[in-house]
Amino acid sequence: MNWGLEIAKAVGLAVVMFTFLAVVGAMFGVLLERKIGGWIQSRLGPKHVGPQGLLQTIADTVKLLQKEHITPRAADVAIFNTAPLIVAVAGLMDWIVIPFGPTLIVRDLNIGVVFFAAMASLTVVGILVGGFASNNKYSLLGGLRSASQMISYELPLAMALVAVAMQAGTLSTLGIVNAQAQRGWFVFLQFPAFVIFLIAATAEVNRVPFDLPEAESELVAGYFSEYTGMRFALFQLGEYAEMFAMAAMATTLFLGGWRGPLLPPVIWFLLKMYLIVFFLMWTRWTFPRLRLDQLLNLSWKLLLPAGLIWILITGFFITFF
Amino acid sequence: MGELAAFIILSAITLVSAVVVVTSRNIVRSALSLVPTFFGVTGLYILLQAEFVAGIQVLIYAGAITVLILFVIMLTEGGTGLRVRQTNEQVPLSILAAAVVAVLLIGVLAQTPWPRATESLPQYTASGIGEALLTNLVLVFEVTSLVLLVALMGAIIVARRER
Repeated sequence: MNWGLEIAKAVGLAVVMFTFLAVVGAMFGVLLERKIGGWIQSRLGPKHVGPQGLLQTIADTVKLLQKEHITPRAADVAIFNTAPLIVAVAGLMDWIVIPFGPTLIVRDLNIGVVFFAAMASLTVVGILVGGFASNNKYSLLGGLRSASQMISYELPLAMALVAVAMQAGTLSTLGIVNAQAQRGWFVFLQFPAFVIFLIAATAEVNRVPFDLPEAESELVAGYFSEYTGMRFALFQLGEYAEMFAMAAMATTLFLGGWRGPLLPPVIWFLLKMYLIVFFLMWTRWTFPRLRLDQLLNLSWKLLLPAGLIWILITGFFITFF
Repeated sequence: MGELAAFIILSAITLVSAVVVVTSRNIVRSALSLVPTFFGVTGLYILLQAEFVAGIQVLIYAGAITVLILFVIMLTEGGTGLRVRQTNEQVPLSILAAAVVAVLLIGVLAQTPWPRATESLPQYTASGIGEALLTNLVLVFEVTSLVLLVALMGAIIVARRER
């Protein structure tokens, strides 16, 4: 194996993925969110910068780049500066195992699904220590809420992944897409797993109705209250990268990945991914926020037992049919 | 050559951050330093071609155990955990104990003949691990589950008593 070449490839792909996510994920995602939010609430959304407000997020990004980095005097500086990086990098790492097409994948790991769950679970470290290092009670509360929430919802998420991996007989994301070519989309065969995955994914990326870590009306902005400029933007980027990664994973696991007639694979993949993203935004602008006890009860008393029972049923069908 | 370099870099990451874990005066930084330590160990697993174990290592240790530890630190009295003494007057004794253990371990490792595997490694280890846990090692697996169950019940009882 040529080590130099491998490292150069890794760096190059990281730059490509980062650019893709920053432009397609975060910038276009924010615009989409505001437009859809406006549409659902019968208003117009951003309208003034560029045609139909298309350039609004570019203007916002330029503004954020110019802002001053403010570090609170009593903050733990080293941790305070590292936290946004952890969130952004964890959000980026998810994309290594996402297949955009038969060959368009950074690396087809044979533990793909486990890798995805592992990287998704790292975000919470950044959020928790970011909230702690800010030395602000609202930030700390947001970080703690995020920790309890994400630890609770990691389990149902993993259960859904396990059920799909059992059905497909492999942990590789490419293998799962190929398995769906023979048996049809898993959204039909594995419908309960699909529902559990969507709910747990929404909670994992801290979106309404599970946005307690940054509940504006209670905690200012939760764990990133004290962050300014580009550091704030990195948190935002990590959050959107994670959300799009969850949508991409749902596409891969349940909607047949890149497969579809006529159009090229990448177009099909992006279409399905944006369908899931639209669904996530639709829920965000429709439902009110849950209370903390409701949130934890939903995970431990409903989703977790449901996931376990569904794994049992899946195993039963695989063994006897 | 590349493997040796990778091994040295990964060991350095593991060891340096492990030293920070036990010496840092700020207990949150100690807990946070566990993350690079776990990542170093994960890299070593990948070098050994145990990629499933590596994935689980990140998922459980770096993603969950660290968060639990941080969570507990922030919920305990004093909250921030700053200015907690991590050492006491028994430093020389513990250095002695650690040195004895190190000498013993190195002695045992040097004396053991390490047989080289004659077969090639399996391509895909996840199913092998699952099979081993549910056939030959089922007793160990069940005992572990029992220990975890008892710990869970203990935690609930401790938490309930406060009311």
